[in-house]
Amino acid sequence: MNAPDTEAGIVAAVLAARVPLAIEGNGSKRGLLRPVQAAETLSTRNLSGITLYKPTEMVLSARAGTTLPEIEAVLAERGQMLAPEPIDVRAIFGGTQPATLGGTVATNLSGPRRINAGSVRDHLLGIRFVNGKGEVVRSGGRVLKNVTGLDLCKLLAGSHGTLGVLTEITMKVLPATEATATLKVSVPDLAAGIRALSAGLTSPYGVTGAALLPDSLTALLRLEDFSESVTYRSGRLRADLEKLGGVTLVEGDESRALWRQIRDAEPLAAAPDDAIWRLSVRPSAAPALVASLAQAFGARTLLDWGGGLVWVAGPATEAAHQAVVAATQAARGSHTLFRAPEPLRAAVAVIPDEAPALAAIAARVKAALDPAGLFNPGRMRAGT
Amino acid sequence: MIALPPPKPGILARRDEIIAALRSFIPGEGVIGDATRLKPYETDGLSAYRQPPLAVVLPTTTEQVAAVMRYCHQQGIRVVPRGAGTSLSGGALPLEDAVVIGLMRMNRILEIDFDDRLAVVEAGVTNLGITKAVEHEGFFYAPDPSSQLACMIGGNVNMNSGGAHCLKYGVTANNLLGLKLVTPEGEIVEVGGDHLDTAGYDWLGLMTGSEGMLGIVTEVTVRILRGPEGARAMLAAFKGTEIAGAAVDAIIGSGIIPVALEFMDKPCIHACEAFAHAGYPLDAEAMLIIEVEGSVAEQDFLLNRIKEICARFDPISLKVATSVEESMAIWKGRKGAFGAVGRISPDYLCMDGTIPTGELPFVLKRIGEMSTQYGLQVANVFHAGDGNLHPLIMFDANNPDSFRRAEDFGADILKLCVEVGGCLTGEHGVGVEKRDLMHVQFQPHELAQQRAIKTAFDPAWLLNPHKVFPLEALPQ
Repeated sequence: MNAPDTEAGIVAAVLAARVPLAIEGNGSKRGLLRPVQAAETLSTRNLSGITLYKPTEMVLSARAGTTLPEIEAVLAERGQMLAPEPIDVRAIFGGTQPATLGGTVATNLSGPRRINAGSVRDHLLGIRFVNGKGEVVRSGGRVLKNVTGLDLCKLLAGSHGTLGVLTEITMKVLPATEATATLKVSVPDLAAGIRALSAGLTSPYGVTGAALLPDSLTALLRLEDFSESVTYRSGRLRADLEKLGGVTLVEGDESRALWRQIRDAEPLAAAPDDAIWRLSVRPSAAPALVASLAQAFGARTLLDWGGGLVWVAGPATEAAHQAVVAATQAARGSHTLFRAPEPLRAAVAVIPDEAPALAAIAARVKAALDPAGLFNPGRMRAGT
Repeated sequence: MIALPPPKPGILARRDEIIAALRSFIPGEGVIGDATRLKPYETDGLSAYRQPPLAVVLPTTTEQVAAVMRYCHQQGIRVVPRGAGTSLSGGALPLEDAVVIGLMRMNRILEIDFDDRLAVVEAGVTNLGITKAVEHEGFFYAPDPSSQLACMIGGNVNMNSGGAHCLKYGVTANNLLGLKLVTPEGEIVEVGGDHLDTAGYDWLGLMTGSEGMLGIVTEVTVRILRGPEGARAMLAAFKGTEIAGAAVDAIIGSGIIPVALEFMDKPCIHACEAFAHAGYPLDAEAMLIIEVEGSVAEQDFLLNRIKEICARFDPISLKVATSVEESMAIWKGRKGAFGAVGRISPDYLCMDGTIPTGELPFVLKRIGEMSTQYGLQVANVFHAGDGNLHPLIMFDANNPDSFRRAEDFGADILKLCVEVGGCLTGEHGVGVEKRDLMHVQFQPHELAQQRAIKTAFDPAWLLNPHKVFPLEALPQ
């Protein structure tokens, strides 16, 4: 593995590359999507350190290999946070290395607050990356509003290292909220659970988390703000939700721990050899989707984002995968095979195929950024 | 002055044939070819520049758009998309040899779903039209550009429009779920969907703010949000711009993100007060309008905290609205700022750079010095929480020298924005207006990288080829 400690080192590695490269940070999400067809690995893990932090301007820049725990600790000292609540995948993949900022942006995996505050890519203000020609390219910047030129930040976010090697990243950061509380609602069935989440999300109380545990039929709604607001809103929301089922209140650290578990999909309780899928659908489509997967292969599920995010665990077989793909397509949603043994990941469409007209554009965009096809070949789709 | 590329050889001579072909795709009044009726399409919100197009088509369906695009692609004819024509950067400025595709007749709301918190609308629905369609249930569409009464969602997507309330709710890009669009080659495709975060490349994010260079957006799926219980504004006036800037830092530093945080300098306060009689303090050097949301008790709590913070900065006046009416009065001057400046000066250029908020006092001081140097008045109004400046440079359009000086002054302000770590445009887009300044912010290979992505979508550079990038690299 080549892990330079400067951007110039990354440039040199790209210019010297004669064979495709696996691009990663700490490799914490190496098990995500398809196995990369590359003989060598180029890592940004040694590009470390926060390069700019202006709390009153709500911006933080860091080199791509800086770890999330390091960034979160610095933000916490000034009462701030990464609002999209990026997932910590160590529980899912069983790794020990924490995620880097670069990997977090490249995979765009947001946590429960995504429903209210937006995704990792929504908070991405600027990037520096090395393209396949070894050029350092900047996009965006360090200001909160910027529409100058094509937004390559959005293109690179969630592109899983296939378009460029991120070297430095600037994020919008927000004040951490003073207080938090969670209302737990016991519901009779899934559809009622989704209705409870919708009731919260269509209320004026600024719900920042809306998850559903299908096993215990518990809907969870989170409020975060100044303590005066949380007290007031949890009282009002509780009165609304009591029409739908019994409500209990969880506050402070207990509430925070609960949402960390939901963020990392722990309540899914996947068996070690289960495959895990992450599906994005319209919330109202979730109950039918969950029911069909339970019927198809006894799927275990966890719902977040008001029902719009469905975590699924089940046997790591092509049949189960095809059932997930079919059910997600029926819901007009988007699937990601999040964890599976390598043979399965290599054999199936881990994310949806694109329409031919878009696939043609995608191939040309890939060639515009990485003409020799150096970066993470096969990571997202076979043959690309 | 901004140059337009010369017409492609042979296109102008085929005008009649092209219009006849367009009529075969779009019936009746949907194709405009005569000079008088083309006149309204020759310019947009950047009215200093005018250029009538070859023809205008006003499709009513995505299929019609696709038919026109396929034809233009086959024939090598340039295309310029247009919504309401409110762009302040010349985003809808036509070309002599281009077909303008006007989306204003595609103005249907196709679906509203409150439980799933989304609406599907055609590109020609106005920004405010979306909110009007959902407000009876207490919902709204969050981005609120000043032109929201007229501007259309398709244009908002293409310019990634912001507004006064995006400090809390984000800009257009943060409030979209999906798009239906027609590629430069005439294919209908959908990106994103009716759910969050589609796996794969983020075409939705790349299209947003792409200034009509990558495709024609015909349908948009937006997120709609439940509104807060209420909102209330306060006004805080200070003896210096530096002091007001420090107050802004202190508010953000305290952990409060107001839903809006607007800043006006002395010339702007005076212009707005003369126009709106909003009761603004005329002796102040700088004034903030701060709005918070929530129940009345929550508003009181937040406004009291902000008032306490502002009180530490020796304010000239602090006025907290006690009713919706008083809030509206505080906003009245700000919302009329452009009109107010228009009363002082018949013509003005509205600039749109963004700076790190800590650089505000320095930037305002430099703008003041430039104002003296160029002999032109300037009024500054901006979104203080996010550093998005709107200097309004006043000039006389009947005096070519005055216009030239205004353009140079504006360019100097934008260069200054980049110099202090900011950017050329926060929400208005590059358009034609700032096209020739792109090299100030980007290095040649960075512009080449962006152009290569444009080429990936539009190999023949037929779609809006004269926007965003300096012309010298325009493929012939």
